[in-house]
Amino acid sequence: MYGWEMLSFNIHDGFLEAIVRGNRSGLLTAADYNNLCQCENLDDVKMHLTATEYGPYLQNEPSPLHTTTIVEKCTLKLVDEYKHMMCQATEPLSTFLQYITYGHMIDNVVLIVTGTLHERDVNELLEKCHPLGMFDSIASLAVAQNMRELYRLVLVDTPLAPYFSECITSEDLDDMNIEIMRNTLYKAYLEDFYKFCEKLGGATAEIMCDLLSFEADRRAVNITINSIGTELTRDDRRKLYSNFGLLYPYGHEELAVCEDVDQVRGVMEKYPPYQAIFAKISYGESQMLDKAFYEEEVRRLCLSFEQQFHYAVFFAYIRLREQEIRNLMWISECVAQNQKNRVHDSVVFIF
Amino acid sequence: MSSDSSSWARALVQISPYTFSAIGIAVSIGVSVLGAAWGIFITGSSLIGAAIKAPRITSKNLISVIFCEAVAIYGVIVAIILQTKLESVPTALVHHPESLRAGYAIFASGLIVGFANLVCGVCVGIIGSSCALSDAQNSSLFVKILVIEIFGSALGLFGVIVGIIMSSQATWPAKA
Repeated sequence: MYGWEMLSFNIHDGFLEAIVRGNRSGLLTAADYNNLCQCENLDDVKMHLTATEYGPYLQNEPSPLHTTTIVEKCTLKLVDEYKHMMCQATEPLSTFLQYITYGHMIDNVVLIVTGTLHERDVNELLEKCHPLGMFDSIASLAVAQNMRELYRLVLVDTPLAPYFSECITSEDLDDMNIEIMRNTLYKAYLEDFYKFCEKLGGATAEIMCDLLSFEADRRAVNITINSIGTELTRDDRRKLYSNFGLLYPYGHEELAVCEDVDQVRGVMEKYPPYQAIFAKISYGESQMLDKAFYEEEVRRLCLSFEQQFHYAVFFAYIRLREQEIRNLMWISECVAQNQKNRVHDSVVFIF
Repeated sequence: MSSDSSSWARALVQISPYTFSAIGIAVSIGVSVLGAAWGIFITGSSLIGAAIKAPRITSKNLISVIFCEAVAIYGVIVAIILQTKLESVPTALVHHPESLRAGYAIFASGLIVGFANLVCGVCVGIIGSSCALSDAQNSSLFVKILVIEIFGSALGLFGVIVGIIMSSQATWPAKA
């Protein structure tokens, strides 16, 4: 019942909610980003980051720094915070926190399978996996030849198993059907997460369903744009869209038949929240779309901190940290490669 | 109705006014303390969590805890006042209309104070929790939210005032 969670929320989750809000105040601000953008080399970047919450993670790094080291250490901080929250959490918050990592699990599975297909070394691939999406026996993914084996040998023991029901085939794995598998899994994952949040009810349901709908709509647009000009049929494309969100169901019908980016734009402009996003980018341009969507996502995530007594702050905090790590990666790459004029192309300011 | 020997109206009249008085006193303190305790844990859990990243908020935000505590004190005060209203009357006068009125007055005043303080404690607790969280982010918000909290804690006082006025109606028949 809406409103009554104020009475009982703090019994289990008040302490953690306060902690996550405290962590949020450690996110880098626009002033930090301005300082970082003016750095001359990676040691300067490190020096600026030592003054922030990343300090303890970076200060003992020896001097010839690489972008990967910075990103790895920053991710380590996120993982430590996540583990700390996970230790403190009780049901249903712990399940909620686990749901957040399933997206990374899907990405890791896809990463390993694609890597193996291109005959890359498994250990090298494992290093690239996101630490939040690790599970036991992830290394044995490399032996699977088709979806059925993948499922039977490895994934049946992971939380991803139920999501596989729609994509078990005996076809051999190739780039195309791995990508379809990723999107089918993601669709099942988002729908499951959405249902779970609806079940939690109250402010959590209200805010999380909005955030997840945005996520689903963004994926629908990306799937459409990425599948333009490929052999994916309209029906197959339609099947990859999640069955909720602002675009569901009529927007999906229209997106499924789009043949170029301007048609996608035409469909999306019928929806007021997305009209603003598409108004920012000029016709025929799809590169800036990602950034525009990220900016909108960050805006929505920040808004979720305006309400109290709900779980969306945990989701928002982890997402904002991930965005921050993406920003840091981009800035360090630009600094390392002397491309500082391109810094602002992809950095999304959080505050 | 009242002629029917097994009706509710008759049952109510037959219950001793002392029973009503005792329940009233118990509710006034018990439910007030419940409200205060509930408020303190809502505030307290948020306060402890928020104080990890911003230790400066602890001493200031103890005020929220004290506001919740005050709610329990209202309950104690009213319970003592109600308790002093109890007088013994001869057995013959226990069901005298004036005794009944005194019993109902103490009962109602206990209910008023108890439930007013229950919601007041919860209200102050929720605001106190938000106060701790927002103070940790931005210390200029503390005073503003404190004002809201003061208005919240005034709600309990309304209950106390009405409760005390009502209990002044509780006069027992003179011992003749």
